[in-house]
Amino acid sequence: MRPDQEIIRRWIEPGSRVLDLGCGDGALLAWLQREQDAHAVGLEIDPANIEQCLASGVAVIEQNLNQGLSNFESDSFDTVLLAQTLQALDNPAELVREMLRIGRKGIVTFPNFGNWKSRLDLLLRGRMPVSDFMPHQWYDTPNIHFCTVRDFDALCREGDIRVLARTVVNSRHEGSWAMRAWPNFLGEIAIYHLSRT
Amino acid sequence: MSKNDKSDSLGLVSPQRLAFDEPLALRSGKSLPAYELMVETYGELNPDRSNAILICHALSGDHHAAGYHSEDDRKPGWWDNCIGPGKAIDTNRFYVVCLNNLGGCGGSTGPVSINPETGKHYGPDFPIITVRDWVNSQLRLMDRLGIDKWVAVIGGSLGGMQVLRWAISYPERLHHAIAIAAAPKLSAQNIAFNEVARQSITKDPDFHDGRYLEHGVYPKQGLMLARMVGHITYLSDSSMRAKFGKALAGLEAEQGNFGRDLRSGSLSFGFNVDFEVESYLRYQGEQFSEKFDANTYLLMTKALDYFDPSVDYDGDLSLAFANSDCRFLLMSFSTDWRFPPDRSREVVNQLLRAGKRVSYLEIDADQGHDAFLLPIPRYIHALSAYLGNAHREICGHAS
Repeated sequence: MRPDQEIIRRWIEPGSRVLDLGCGDGALLAWLQREQDAHAVGLEIDPANIEQCLASGVAVIEQNLNQGLSNFESDSFDTVLLAQTLQALDNPAELVREMLRIGRKGIVTFPNFGNWKSRLDLLLRGRMPVSDFMPHQWYDTPNIHFCTVRDFDALCREGDIRVLARTVVNSRHEGSWAMRAWPNFLGEIAIYHLSRT
Repeated sequence: MSKNDKSDSLGLVSPQRLAFDEPLALRSGKSLPAYELMVETYGELNPDRSNAILICHALSGDHHAAGYHSEDDRKPGWWDNCIGPGKAIDTNRFYVVCLNNLGGCGGSTGPVSINPETGKHYGPDFPIITVRDWVNSQLRLMDRLGIDKWVAVIGGSLGGMQVLRWAISYPERLHHAIAIAAAPKLSAQNIAFNEVARQSITKDPDFHDGRYLEHGVYPKQGLMLARMVGHITYLSDSSMRAKFGKALAGLEAEQGNFGRDLRSGSLSFGFNVDFEVESYLRYQGEQFSEKFDANTYLLMTKALDYFDPSVDYDGDLSLAFANSDCRFLLMSFSTDWRFPPDRSREVVNQLLRAGKRVSYLEIDADQGHDAFLLPIPRYIHALSAYLGNAHREICGHAS
């Protein structure tokens, strides 16, 4: 299970309707279906991931998030997930708005570009950060909209989005008092639980 | 080589004819007092009768979906690419049922059958059958076979429409609805092509108002034309270029290949067959006209035109699915212009509106509408993965 998924699943109530935007191989949805009796649907574009979803009994729709979510009705899900996909979207702000139209609540996770390692790469090496966790070079990365914890906080303020909870973890999904104290500096993955105001 | 030699082929199979005596009320208001269905089954029904799959055929299909009828058969059943031991619809796991639909010409009661009231062929007097009527007759077959609930009802094109009708009319009788290259209803363009086909048949001098069998003839030219027009809509521009442009087929690039290969190397400067594509269409039309009944063709195109399950719900298809608690898988093909991906997506969106669990794949394929019959790896693997999970969930791990 991906590092952030452990925390996500605690925010999803049993029996709820969950839409996962960029559901990958469907492991999280399969777990939510099995353990939480969730009514789950995932969106995905990678053929291998889609096939894996089908093999695990996860309902998956081949749909490109960059082409919008207008086919989903307002309030049709309890929770809409966007895990580790925000930074790869053409229009992340629009999609976060759409999430909270379709779902009563939203969960967003993203790699925190405000992390000290990223800052250090730029400060000392003068190069765009590359790590095991974010292994792409700047010219071939799918991640075109990196942001920091403070950036996302600002987006929520400006978009009238209520932050129900915010946590940060490192790439091994461990939290600590220090990360809680300096999330934007120490956190590698930011995890937000959102609702409409 | 014997037909039994290939390990993933069903080898020789044989159909059975089942008689039904209870009258079947039809959507048109008419009724069939009694009828027969030609049925083929593959694989073994398990002891708790929980491993059955129904296959619904499309316009020109029949009960012979897989395997061979005799050692001399040149081709296997129409969906042999998908049905067989170890194939996507795995007959080692599933008991697969396929029938020739009512009104067909594969042996089930239809226009070529003898009307008991007159002692002659039904011909044009055979009542118009709709998708709903077919599903009602398939339900009777299901009860006859002692099956409570299908693991899945699967079909492509017009077969996919039967799948949707199953999910709407008898949701408690199937776990999974798998509709491939289907549409929620026909568009004006679809109906227009069907009308051209019907006009070709009914305007043939040998049609005799549909009573051609009594005259010892059949509207061969009309059927040929109908099939030629239909066949064009099953292919894509790119697949036709590839198929009829062998001179350039070796070149990967599609650019420059218009599929204009000549039949004899030079132009005839007459109205004869010049291009390969002309010859191919004539051959396809001719083959088809020799084995298919014209009245059945008319009836099938009408069943397509009339299909619209939203009519009972003020045009809101999502309401039609309100009670459909089965799970759905829809697939479409990128170059299909008969029922393009958008048509499948319309169904998917209505299912989402109805809050249903639906999966949808848009398969990249050059072959147009025909792709649903072909062994396209991503499509086959997806179907296989989906049914593998269905088998685990419904029939347990033992296979």
